[in-house]
Amino acid sequence: MQSKWSFLRRWEGLLLVLLIMIVTYNAFNTPGYLTVNNWVNLFQLSIEKIIVALIMTFIIINAEIDLSVASMMGLSACLAGFLYAGGMPMEGALAVGLLAGIVAGVFNSFWIGIVGLPSLVVTLSGLIMYRGLAYVLLEDRSIGNFPAWFNRLGQQPLIGPFPLAMIIFFVLLVFAIIILHYSGFGRYVYVIGNSKEVARYAGVRVQRTKMLLFVASSTIAALAGLLYAARLGAVRGDMATGFELDIITMVLLGGVSIFGGSGSLWGVLLSVLIILNLRNGMGLANLSGHVQTGVIGVLLILSVLAPNLFAIVRTNWSRRRARATEPNGA
Amino acid sequence: MNALRRRFQPEQIRELVLIVLIIGIIIFFGTQIENYFSPRTFTRISTSVAVVAIVAVGQTLVILTRNIDLSVGSIVGFTAYVVGTILSRNNDIPPVAVVLLAVAMGAVMGSINGLLVAYGRVPAIIVTLGTLALYRTILVEISGANSVLTNELPRWLVNLPPVNVFTIGALDIRLLFFTALLVVIIFQFIASYAAWGRRLYAIGSNPDAARVAGFPAQRIVFTAFVLSGALAGLAGFVFLARFGNITVVAGQGVELQSVAAAVVGGVNINGGLGSPFGAFLGAILIDVIDNSLIRWLAISEFWRDALLGLLILLAVATDTVIMNRLRKLWLRHELQISGSDAPVEKGGAHHAV
Repeated sequence: MQSKWSFLRRWEGLLLVLLIMIVTYNAFNTPGYLTVNNWVNLFQLSIEKIIVALIMTFIIINAEIDLSVASMMGLSACLAGFLYAGGMPMEGALAVGLLAGIVAGVFNSFWIGIVGLPSLVVTLSGLIMYRGLAYVLLEDRSIGNFPAWFNRLGQQPLIGPFPLAMIIFFVLLVFAIIILHYSGFGRYVYVIGNSKEVARYAGVRVQRTKMLLFVASSTIAALAGLLYAARLGAVRGDMATGFELDIITMVLLGGVSIFGGSGSLWGVLLSVLIILNLRNGMGLANLSGHVQTGVIGVLLILSVLAPNLFAIVRTNWSRRRARATEPNGA
Repeated sequence: MNALRRRFQPEQIRELVLIVLIIGIIIFFGTQIENYFSPRTFTRISTSVAVVAIVAVGQTLVILTRNIDLSVGSIVGFTAYVVGTILSRNNDIPPVAVVLLAVAMGAVMGSINGLLVAYGRVPAIIVTLGTLALYRTILVEISGANSVLTNELPRWLVNLPPVNVFTIGALDIRLLFFTALLVVIIFQFIASYAAWGRRLYAIGSNPDAARVAGFPAQRIVFTAFVLSGALAGLAGFVFLARFGNITVVAGQGVELQSVAAAVVGGVNINGGLGSPFGAFLGAILIDVIDNSLIRWLAISEFWRDALLGLLILLAVATDTVIMNRLRKLWLRHELQISGSDAPVEKGGAHHAV
């Protein structure tokens, strides 16, 4: 049965075909599309979300969800800005911002791992709480005038054409792929996502794995928030609001099941590329940001609906065929 | 004690605790804020709770079936804006038709969610995340960046918020709050007594068992989403009546508020537990805190979201810990009763816990 086209039947194969179609279309319609600079630009525009999508992949494969990441991004950036405006050197402020991510991660994982509450509820309250704390710090002010080196890190290339955020993304991507797909810890993530009970009886430390993931999630979100602040050159209480939806869309479109246990970083990487190119293409076609979000929303639903419809049609067909042959057999 | 135990279920105790908590918070703020115990405070809180309370009831129906509806905020905004626009172009439409139009529009959007979840077998969180973006997109596109303005609306609508249905002592029950109350009462009865309502619980607590038992699970889930959409449409009308000026961002965040109200009110996010009345109490609790913090001078009003998040967490945590203990207590008691007549299988307790 295995033909050389069988990879097409997998979700990643479909995504790859879709990606090639979009890139080809864009390449023929836009001069200068296939240049390194354009692609760096493409990535730069949503690099913070893409970085967080990496850890979100782990969390969703683990059959959990973290809705608090966007608020965490806002909180770490606002905290760093608040401390800097209060006279702390930028390096120290950044370290505290990152530390806040670790603290919030420990807080989340305490309620999820030790008290045993559903992560949807814990991180939903985290979403509201961390955003609230960001507002407590900055109220309705905006803080800018960061040191020049900080803004340069966010806005200008560091090595070759690549800015710092992209280098961090590539390093994290390599680490994430090795950990998720080629390590024992990665297998545990899948096993727990498939069945918590089975994992526990098999001796996997379910609690510890989950807690580790949530600490990592908030910490990486805090890092992404600081990178975002560097790119924008200013911080405000409402920064990064609603990013969690974009991030989750990236992961789910990549074929990661919302029920956990299946999916891969390759799929997520492909879906990130699709979303970036699609947004870019739609932007060039003069479609507003709202329409782009709507199209991606539809794509998200279709990505799950289409395979389901195929399955439903197929079972109906085989049932009909079985009914048709039944009288002859009887 | 035994008689008490027989009369009350753990869920009802939870609602009692919520009421005590609300009263406690009101008394606390009464000592902190000048002129807090005035009819105006009641009026302010009761009108502002109406929108979220109506949406939270629909959200409860959906969560009971182990699903979630994140698109309600967009539905509220969509109906408020579109109904407002139609009204400002044609002031003569009868009020009943306006309300029906809002409910119908919400129901159509809810049925799209329901179709995809129940018959397309797409997880609710994916569908409603998608339609949250989609409905808002359609709204932004058709609006052309215009807003609905109060002075273009018919007079009866602008004069609707101060309308009183009846008065208890010095407290005015406003029509908008009364509408929310009616919705809560109707759906509380449906959820506790109607066959359709009981089946919501059955599907939520064990979807496989419900299917084996022969419930039309798909149809029931579909209807829950349609009702959630319809109630969000009604809330959209209330939103329009209350604010008058509607922009394209109207209703943003209502989805999280309604989930928060349901969860604080004891609706289990994994389905099968909770009630519309509980969600109503949750909405009131959140709104009392929200409205009082704005007037409390001791701390900045910017604290309210931070406190709200913490409150949700604590509510759910105490719920899980205390309710589990209570349920075990009740269960042990029941086992003792039945154990005196006939031996009970020892493993039996595990299913209910």
